[in-house]
Amino acid sequence: MEDLQSLARLVETGMRLALPVDYAGVSMAMVHPLIERGISDLDVVCVPTGGLQVDMLVGAGVVRSVETSAISLGEAGGAPCFNRAVKEGSILVRDATCPAIHTGLMAAQKGVPFMPMRGLIGSDVLRYRQDWKTIDNPFAEASDPIVLIPAIRPDVAIFHVPMADRHGNVWIGRRRELAAMAYASAVTLVTAERIVDKNLLSDEVTATGTLPSLYVTAVAQVTRGAWPYGLWGEYSADTQELMRYAREARTAQGFSAYMAGFGEAE
Amino acid sequence: MSMIQPPLPREILICTIARLLDGVRHVAVGASSPIPAAGAMLLRALKERVGAAPVKISILGSVEHNFFTNGSTELFDCAGQGRIDAFFLGGGQIDGQGNINLVGVGDYPRSSVRWPGSFGSAYLYFVVPRVILFREEHTPRVFVEKVDFISAPGTSDEGVYRTGGPYALVTGRGLFRFDRQKGRFRLDSIHPGHSFDEIAEATGFTFEHDAGPGVTPSPDVDELDLLRGRVLDELAETYPEFAAQMRQSLTEIA
Repeated sequence: MEDLQSLARLVETGMRLALPVDYAGVSMAMVHPLIERGISDLDVVCVPTGGLQVDMLVGAGVVRSVETSAISLGEAGGAPCFNRAVKEGSILVRDATCPAIHTGLMAAQKGVPFMPMRGLIGSDVLRYRQDWKTIDNPFAEASDPIVLIPAIRPDVAIFHVPMADRHGNVWIGRRRELAAMAYASAVTLVTAERIVDKNLLSDEVTATGTLPSLYVTAVAQVTRGAWPYGLWGEYSADTQELMRYAREARTAQGFSAYMAGFGEAE
Repeated sequence: MSMIQPPLPREILICTIARLLDGVRHVAVGASSPIPAAGAMLLRALKERVGAAPVKISILGSVEHNFFTNGSTELFDCAGQGRIDAFFLGGGQIDGQGNINLVGVGDYPRSSVRWPGSFGSAYLYFVVPRVILFREEHTPRVFVEKVDFISAPGTSDEGVYRTGGPYALVTGRGLFRFDRQKGRFRLDSIHPGHSFDEIAEATGFTFEHDAGPGVTPSPDVDELDLLRGRVLDELAETYPEFAAQMRQSLTEIA
């Protein structure tokens, strides 16, 4: 079993990082170790949307680009550091749409260079994505334009789950996007609420919701590791804390003050 | 004999949405959409009451009202196969051609006002047959002549694969239908307490209309009964704050 700092040491400057949607299991506990590591120019891929974790990494200045279908703090409003960075032009935003991110990860999972998807044609989402291409469906008799999404192959995926076993298997339940992230990524770092002694693969009931250690690089145990987000089946989101962040991070100074306290709280 | 309280403006919106959904087998509702969710739940309750074919509802972010077990991709896979008949989209801006903008105001990418982003709209608008646009705020800053960024277009050129698109637009002031042939909205009815002139002034795009558009029908006693009982109870699981607010408003006017 590793600690948070040794997980963070596997993330290098310039890497492409896959991070999950706010309800799926966000490893908020990894935010500080990542920032303290002194890396920069991360390319973040939100699967398929982002929130507090991405906003904090952007605010700390370690992010070069964000690929996302949306980013917000949910009920607590817009993502303050992200919105500031957009206005200043200090990060590159690759606006996407949720299924395009899933499609890109699926291509990586299958080891193919791209996958087609419907929709998109005529949108500005497509117009601004020079890396997406429209072709004519080669199997159709009449003209049938369709968009190709290149494989998204993150260097590192990071997420939080309720439990892992001593063999490095992690339980993701029905949150299959976590498996999709891991299948597509070179390295997968997982934080878990608890470590169980039994092998999660030895019981058919837990095995179906388990991501096997084949795809897991390292696991660290941390209690309430998704806070202030919630973790499915475990605890709900701390909306008051999200609101407090939204208020304080309205300015760069307020953000720094908040982050100093956030590090100590853990 | 007890008096039935008159419907709240939001109850009229919920019933309007339930009527627009009539005939669907499966409706999906995005996170933070309590009024569309209530509309879907009301339709489900009404169908159940008369023994009609059941209505399935998937509310994203709900544990109780959600069938999905394959992660956040399942909604889109479902929609791509035609397994979702209706969905709701909003927009920071919506224009007269049915284009929606969920990204921001001003020159992209350095938007002067940045909204969260397009979410699944650039896909779902193409493949869900009945997309109901819902935006309570009915002002010229929302309903614009032309959106600053097209998250998803209202119509597509011939030959572009499209099994879905805008069906209706529900606002706090009225109900519009979308004419896919003309690519324009038509004012269908005006909610009680509002007027045509008010709507014309609050809408930044031109739209079609009859000489005298009718008033949006108010819920009947049966609908109100289900809405204030079973639907509010169901709604409270996913939207506790909203359900509590509705109950509070009902107490205040009593």
